[in-house]
Amino acid sequence: MLDVLGFERRVAVRFLREGRMQSLLIIVGVAAGVAVVAYISALISGLQSNTLEKTLGAQAHVTLRALDDVVTPALAPAPGMDVLAQTQPRAQRPRSIGNWQAMVPLLEALPAVAAVSPMVSGAGLAVRGEATKSIALMGVDLDRYDRIVHLRSKVIAGQARLGPGESVIGRELADDLGLRVGDRFSLVTGTVTESLRVTALVDLGVRDLNRRTVIVPLRAAQSLLGLPGGATTLDLALVDVWAAQALTDELERRYPYKVESWQEANAQLVSALNAQSVSTALIRGVVMIVVVLGIASVLVVSVVQKRREIGILRAMGATQGQVLRVFLLQGAIVGAIGSTLGVLLAALLVWLFSTFVRGSDGLPLFTIALAPGLALRIAALATLCGVLAAVAPARRAAALDPAQAIRM
Amino acid sequence: MHVAPAPLIELGDIRKSYNIGQPTEAEVLHGLSFRVERGEFVALIGPSGSGKSTLLNIVGLLERTTAGSYRVLGEEMSGMDDAGLTLRRRTTLGFVFQFHHLLPAFSALENVTLPGLMREGRVSSRLLERARALLTAVGLGQAMDKRPGELSGGMQQRVAIARALVLEPPLVLADEPTGNLDRASSDEVFALLRDMHAKLDTSFIVVTHDPRLAARCDRVIELVDGRIERDEAVVAAAPHSEATRRNVPMGHARGCS
Repeated sequence: MLDVLGFERRVAVRFLREGRMQSLLIIVGVAAGVAVVAYISALISGLQSNTLEKTLGAQAHVTLRALDDVVTPALAPAPGMDVLAQTQPRAQRPRSIGNWQAMVPLLEALPAVAAVSPMVSGAGLAVRGEATKSIALMGVDLDRYDRIVHLRSKVIAGQARLGPGESVIGRELADDLGLRVGDRFSLVTGTVTESLRVTALVDLGVRDLNRRTVIVPLRAAQSLLGLPGGATTLDLALVDVWAAQALTDELERRYPYKVESWQEANAQLVSALNAQSVSTALIRGVVMIVVVLGIASVLVVSVVQKRREIGILRAMGATQGQVLRVFLLQGAIVGAIGSTLGVLLAALLVWLFSTFVRGSDGLPLFTIALAPGLALRIAALATLCGVLAAVAPARRAAALDPAQAIRM
Repeated sequence: MHVAPAPLIELGDIRKSYNIGQPTEAEVLHGLSFRVERGEFVALIGPSGSGKSTLLNIVGLLERTTAGSYRVLGEEMSGMDDAGLTLRRRTTLGFVFQFHHLLPAFSALENVTLPGLMREGRVSSRLLERARALLTAVGLGQAMDKRPGELSGGMQQRVAIARALVLEPPLVLADEPTGNLDRASSDEVFALLRDMHAKLDTSFIVVTHDPRLAARCDRVIELVDGRIERDEAVVAAAPHSEATRRNVPMGHARGCS
């Protein structure tokens, strides 16, 4: 087995070593290309997974709501009759999802669904002393809600607990009202006022949310918002976030609810991510093409330079296949060495980025890592590109007429 | 001495034209016929443009004939594909060119082992031993690890001779092997060729411009304008040839004398 390509291997290595400067330049070129591809891949996938994590960590993957109130036309227009009418859209009052208690186990039974959490949400005012703040009120079952947004991991003070008369609030709201864990404040909705004790402060990652969020037990929100026994939304967390759209379509077909996936709720984000992926792929493609062209041009020159040596080898009895393989092997060697160096360089860049690029708070912006699988794939691809790049020059070398090549 | 049933090579009415079908079409060989037996040492002479190199390329299976029959060890070569010709080159022929044509990236020893490496995919200890013995025999025992660039022209040509002989081919073709050397090196290299001929069971065909050297061969074929002008045994060369044969160390002798 050791003898496989023994002749081709030795000649290829010698040819590369002989053209030292050329080989060095092209290997550096391949390394730079591979480093760019690997680094950009790591950076973009890090950025995207970070963005997704931040976005999806604070919201449900799929939400179910009651259908909007719509105006039913009083009179169906008869054929051939013109109707002049103006329809005033209806104001949307808080409404409960019909039959939500029955829906919860039904949804939980779906294999794609990881967790279901009912919520009653509405608007209200938080009052303490002279201060009044407009807030978003969310009534939840803490354990269920925790499985959707990992609320407990976002607690920065106190311990998340939602017994009767207890609440969890955002950190900016606590600052605005001068509240600490254990303090009380009043929550006012249109009709009801209730006094709540703060058990924990949370940081939801977005300042505006932190300024407005008040989380209370489901039952308290039901009475505050006048929806006894009701739930305004059902939040779903999924096993695979990318299955959200398909599940949404299916649920929408099956049940009379308004169903929304996280992609629909964050359409701009999704299109931004897509644009990012497309441009990354484009950059990678262009860089790989440049690498292929670089290797090919060096090998074309090398074939011309080595015409005479190729001629001697052919005269001595080297087959066309052997000459072909000598040059294919050169492409593979350049690709393999270049991509190994390139991956190392990319790892260095990733390390530099993680170590030295910091946000205003002194923490890394986000974590990026060069996954070994990705690095291996890129290296294999670059090696393959080297072989592909060598095909045309190698065929030219193999097709050389030995008699003519020697006469040169 | 073993007797080959067929001649080593046999050319029958060989013709060669270039640029066939174009206005510049020209026939350079006009029907050559001769045969070379095992163990012969043949000089191929003639003025420039007489077709010597073309004939040598045809005999060396580097070019095809336009018409005529060419047999190597009884096997017809015309009409054979590139792979077949390559294989015959590998097994039957050794080449020595005018401009040495060693691979500059390989040492002298590596250049000599190259034909074996090409055939077997590795350098066996037997091959290495034989290459060392040959290099020592051509007087380069001390320069085996030098690159061609570090050797003089005469030394490079000796490496090329060792390379041509390493697989013990039945026929070695030398295209003006001394054409690029000064007179002293030229004599040395030619003497070496004769020496190797005496030791090995190998035939030589040597293209040369130099009548002095041609006179030291056993047979001379003279080409003029693509035709054989003269094909005869050399009589006067005998003393040198005999002397060489008597004085060789017999390490590689294969009973051709």
